[in-house]
Amino acid sequence: MWEKLLRLDRRWIFVLVALSVLIPLLRPLGLPMRTTEPVLNLYTYIDTLKPHDKAVILVTDFDPSTMPELLPMAEAIMRHCFARKIPLILYGGMYPTFVGMAKMALSRVLPDFPDVKYGEDYVFLGYIPGTSLIILSMGESISKTFGNDYYGNKLDSLPLMQRVKNYDQVALVIDLSGSGTPVWWIIYGYQRYGVRVGCGTTAVSAAQYYPYLQTGQFVGMLGGLKGAAEYETLIERAGIPPGRKTASIGMDAQSIVHLMLIFLIILGNIGYFIVRRKR
Amino acid sequence: MRRTGPLVVAFIMGFAMIFQYFIPHPLSQKFYEIMVQQWLIIISIFLYLFGLRSFTLYHYHKVRRKKEGWYFSLIALLAALITVIIGFGTRRGPLFDKIYDYILAPLQATMFSLLAFFIASAAYRAFRARNLEATLLLVTATIVMLGRVPFGAFMWHKLPDVVEWILKYPNMAAQRGILIGVGLGMIATSMKIILGIERSYLGGE
Amino acid sequence: MSTNPWVWVAAFLTLAIYSFLYKDNPVYRFAEHIFMGVSVGYGLVLFWYNSVIPRLWEPLVKGTEPTRFFLLIPILIGALTFSLFVPRYSWLVKYTLAFVVGASAGLSIPLSFETNIFEQVRSTILTRQMLSGWGMVSNLIMFIGVIVTLAYFYFSMEHKGVIGKTARIGRIYIMIAFGASFGYTVMARVSLLIGRMQFLLHDWLGIIK
Repeated sequence: MWEKLLRLDRRWIFVLVALSVLIPLLRPLGLPMRTTEPVLNLYTYIDTLKPHDKAVILVTDFDPSTMPELLPMAEAIMRHCFARKIPLILYGGMYPTFVGMAKMALSRVLPDFPDVKYGEDYVFLGYIPGTSLIILSMGESISKTFGNDYYGNKLDSLPLMQRVKNYDQVALVIDLSGSGTPVWWIIYGYQRYGVRVGCGTTAVSAAQYYPYLQTGQFVGMLGGLKGAAEYETLIERAGIPPGRKTASIGMDAQSIVHLMLIFLIILGNIGYFIVRRKR
Repeated sequence: MRRTGPLVVAFIMGFAMIFQYFIPHPLSQKFYEIMVQQWLIIISIFLYLFGLRSFTLYHYHKVRRKKEGWYFSLIALLAALITVIIGFGTRRGPLFDKIYDYILAPLQATMFSLLAFFIASAAYRAFRARNLEATLLLVTATIVMLGRVPFGAFMWHKLPDVVEWILKYPNMAAQRGILIGVGLGMIATSMKIILGIERSYLGGE
Repeated sequence: MSTNPWVWVAAFLTLAIYSFLYKDNPVYRFAEHIFMGVSVGYGLVLFWYNSVIPRLWEPLVKGTEPTRFFLLIPILIGALTFSLFVPRYSWLVKYTLAFVVGASAGLSIPLSFETNIFEQVRSTILTRQMLSGWGMVSNLIMFIGVIVTLAYFYFSMEHKGVIGKTARIGRIYIMIAFGASFGYTVMARVSLLIGRMQFLLHDWLGIIK
C-alpha cells in the first residue's frame, strides 16, 4: 500500500493543492495577523517622516511573475505616503515590464486619494537601461538621469522635481523586488550616496536579506505575502484606506496550504521509512 | 585590434573608475558624472537592442526553416509586432495598458504560479529525513512554514518569535558567511574582467 | 461574474496556462508564446518613449551646442552595436561591451567591498553592548555561525582536525539557513497561486469579495 501511495500520480497532489487554496478563499477563517520587527521598522520609518518634506522613492522592480506578493506592498506603501503627504517618486524599475506594475498599483490606489496632485505629490519615472548605473546617476541628478517622466513631461518642469534634485532630498528608497536588486540599492545608493534603503521582497529572498537588516543597511523589510499583509494591517489600524487587502485575504489560504504540505511531507517520510525497512 | 583592443578598453575604464572613487578632486568628480550620467547610460540604450536581436533571430530562424513548432514562433513574432503597432499607434494609450493588464500580466503570473504545484509534488516525493543534516533542513523548513502564517501563531503564540529568532541569528550567520564568500568572488570576477583574465562576456574568440 | 470582456480574455489565458498541469498541450504553448511576444513588444515601446526620446532624440535635436557635440562620442561607441548586422565587422561590438563591462566592474569593486565584506565583518564583531543582557547568547551563536560557515567554504586546507570539526558545525548552520530559505520558497510559490485564484474567484467569477 505504501509503495503505491509513494508513487501516487502527481496530479492528485495538484488537486489537493488547488482545493487547499480554493476552500479557505471561499470560506475565510479570519485568523488574526501579527506584525514582525522588519515590517514594523519600515512602517515606523515612513510614518515618522515629515509631510511635504523629503521624498520617498518607491521602485517596482518586479514583473507579473511575482505580482501577488509584491503588488500589495506597492499599493500599501503608496497609500501610506499619500495619506501622510510624503512626496512620492514612483520609479518603474530596472526592466521595461516592471513599469506596468507601477502603473497598475497607481490605478488601484489613486481613486481613494482624489486630492493627490501629479507633479506636486508624486511623480512617475519610466524605464532607462543601465541598471546599477541608473542608481549611481540618480545620486548626481534624478532629472538629468531620466530627462522626462513616464508620460513624456520634462522632469525639470514638475514642481516636486524642482525640489528633489538627487538623494540629498530623498528620505528613503524602497525597492520592491523579486530579484537581487535591493542589494544594488545598498551598494550603489546607500554605500556611495548614503541614501537610506528599505526593501520588499518575495519570500524566496527574505531569509537571505537578514544580514543586511542586522547591519542596518536595510531600514526594514517586507518579506513575501505575509509582509504585505502585515503592512496592510498596519495602515488600516492607522485609519488609512487599505483598499481590498489582497495579501491579507490570501493569508488563510496560505495557512491551509502550508498545513497540507507539512502533512504531505510527513506522510511521504513515514512511507519512505516503512518501505525502506521492508527492503 | 580585434582581441587586444577591447581588453585594453576594459582595463583603462575599470581602473579609471576605481581610482576615481578614491580621488575626491573636482576633476575626478566631473569625469565620474559624465561617465555615469551620460556615456554609460547612452551606450546601455544601444545595448538594449542587443537583447532584442536574439529574440527576433531565434524565432525568425525557426519560422524560416520550418523547425518543429515553427507556428508557435510565428505567434510570438506576431504578438510582438501587434503590441508594438498598438503601442506606437495609440502612443501608449489605454489599449496598450490593457494588453499589459489583461494579457501579459495574467499569462506571466499564471506561468509562475504553476511552481506552487510542482514544489508541492517535489516536497512529497523528495523531501526525506535521510540523515541528520537533511532532518535539520526539514525541521527548520517546517517551523518557518508554520511560524510565518497566522495559523502558526494560533497553535502557539510564541512560534512567530521562534521563527524570527532562527532567521535573525543562526540563519543570518550562515547567510552572512555565504555572502562574504560570494562577495569576495564577485570582487575577484570584476578584477579578472579588468585585467583581461575573464573574457567570456566578449563572446567566443 | 465579470462583464468586462478583457477580464474574460485574462481568465481564458489563465486557464490555458493551467491546462499544462494535466499535460503539455498546444493551447498552453500558444499562450506561452503570446506572452513571450507581448513582453518583447511592450518592452520595446516603453524603451522608445522613456529612453530613446528623452535621452537620445531630444538632446540631439533640441540640445545646445557643446552638449550635442559631446553626445556624439557615446553615441558612436553605442552605435558599434549595429556592427552585429554586418558579420565581417561584428567584432566591433566587443569595444562597446568592454567599455560598459569594464567601467561597471571598476565602479562595483570598492562599493561591493564595503557592502558585502567590510560592513558585514564589522557587524559580526562582538561589542561589549552585544555581550550584555539576554542578547549575549544569541549574539554568540551568530558570531560562531559566521566563523564556522566561512570555515566550511575554506577549501585551501583539507577538512580534517580542527578545521574539519569547525566545518561540520558550519554545515549545521548552513542546513538551518537552507531550511529557512526552503520554507520561505514554498511560501512564495503558494502565494503566487493564491494571487491567481483570487483573480479567478474575485475579478472573473465575482464569488468572493
